[in-house]
Amino acid sequence: MFAIYKKELRSFFVNPIGYVFVALFLAVSSLVFTYTTLNSGTCDLGSYYLIMLYMFAILIPLLTMRILSEEKKTKTEQLLLTSPVSLFSVIFAKYLAAFTLFAGTLLASCLNFVVLYFYGEPNTPVMFATTLGILMIGSAFVAIGVFVSACTENQLVSALVTIVSILSTLVLSILAGYVNFTPLRVVMKWLSVFDRFSRFTTGYFDVVALLYYISITVIFIFLTIRVYEKRRWE
Amino acid sequence: MIEINGITKRYGKKLAADHVTFTVGAGEIMGFLGPNGAGKSTTMNILTGYLSATEGTAKIDGIDIFENPIEAKSKIGFLPEHPPLYLDLTVNEYLNFVYELKKPRMDREKHLKEICDVVKISDVRDRVIGNLSKGYRQRVGIAQALIGNPPVLIFDEPTVGLDPKQIIEIRNLIKKLGKEHTIILSTHILSEVQAICDRIVVINNGRIVADEKTENIARAVEDKSRMTYHICGPQNEVLKVIKSTPGVVYAEVIGARDNDSTAYMIESADNIDVRKPLFYAMAEKRWPIIAMDVMGMDLEDVFLALITEKKINKPKKGGK
Repeated sequence: MFAIYKKELRSFFVNPIGYVFVALFLAVSSLVFTYTTLNSGTCDLGSYYLIMLYMFAILIPLLTMRILSEEKKTKTEQLLLTSPVSLFSVIFAKYLAAFTLFAGTLLASCLNFVVLYFYGEPNTPVMFATTLGILMIGSAFVAIGVFVSACTENQLVSALVTIVSILSTLVLSILAGYVNFTPLRVVMKWLSVFDRFSRFTTGYFDVVALLYYISITVIFIFLTIRVYEKRRWE
Repeated sequence: MIEINGITKRYGKKLAADHVTFTVGAGEIMGFLGPNGAGKSTTMNILTGYLSATEGTAKIDGIDIFENPIEAKSKIGFLPEHPPLYLDLTVNEYLNFVYELKKPRMDREKHLKEICDVVKISDVRDRVIGNLSKGYRQRVGIAQALIGNPPVLIFDEPTVGLDPKQIIEIRNLIKKLGKEHTIILSTHILSEVQAICDRIVVINNGRIVADEKTENIARAVEDKSRMTYHICGPQNEVLKVIKSTPGVVYAEVIGARDNDSTAYMIESADNIDVRKPLFYAMAEKRWPIIAMDVMGMDLEDVFLALITEKKINKPKKGGK
């Protein structure tokens, strides 16, 4: 499993896609950070991360769009699937590589926050909690992206479907506001990644939400494995 | 070493493999022969654990590929139809990756160097695979299969798309590997299996139609009782003389070639060699025989011959 993880991480930087992701992520986060905190004279990261979540809809597909679809297209998956490694290891290594790059870049973007200490008194624990929340949401989004990538051999389709999927989890709570039918609204709110996140921004360390994000990650990794198993049986 | 029992693969209504059963003994090179789409790749993909079977069992060295896939896979080196190469890696990076993937307990540097020497890719180890020629890529694919020194090697059409010189090199390489490994080699080229394999299993429409020693199949293929002759001389008279030669049971004109020679298909009775009598008969009339050819059989003929086990009477194009 470690071999695939290592190779996958490396391939992000053999192809330009890894550099594009890191550069875009850091540029966008710095820009959004400047406008939402420094220019508005606040240390509150709430609106910064809320905007960043929407940016993830574009950024995360960059990481995941080719992660499995490319292997399918070039038939290299045949090597992975006939090697003495379990299907879970293959998929999990892929997910982990994408998540590692995401987490690393997110942490790097946190360097921005140092500026806040010069001009104000930021609440470090809240900052930590929101970042952790964001990290776990990112994990869920990466898992969704990996799943979508397993379903197609076309990178573009993979990217577009991932963008739409991530955006729809984000706008679910907005849409829920327009639904009058209570049970449906409750379900939509429950599914909404966004709704759960807003609690973090108020300094509430929501363990249930964290578990929720981890569950989404696990579910989509599981579904990805199922996609491969189903293909074997077809 | 390899035991396949009643493997069936159903795609919707189509049967890609229909109760495929065969065994391959240790150290044997088995040729897996069949036209495109006959079920060769499907069977090999099942055997290597890439696909699952609708029915049946497959065992490698006594280990069931469906029940104990990881252990069984560690005993197989597989070169699929399309070599699974990462075009953006160098040969060295790629082989190291495969080594880490298979995790054999060996002296890595030494092992990889040996493999590169055997398949002759030592001089391109630092080059990016995407920039290599097809012949080299194929050899990198074979190198990948050899990593970990698995007892069983499975090659799916390893010589497709190579030039004649490369084909001979790959064949010699496979022969050499056959001394220490059990090999399944799939192909749709008859002469290829004849050149390399000890045994031939023929598959058609998902079914095994023959499982024979190579000599037996070779005998069926190199049937000296049907030959083509190119003879200079007046067509009708030549034909008359041919037909009157003892041992000839059938003769016909199959076309005129060059300026003055005509091609004839001549069939002789079993176990009678009519070449010498024909030569003297023609020499007497001063009609030179300028070419003599054993009739080639294509794969279809072999299938027919194997299925019906009868001689084929329909004339075919000549050639070796």
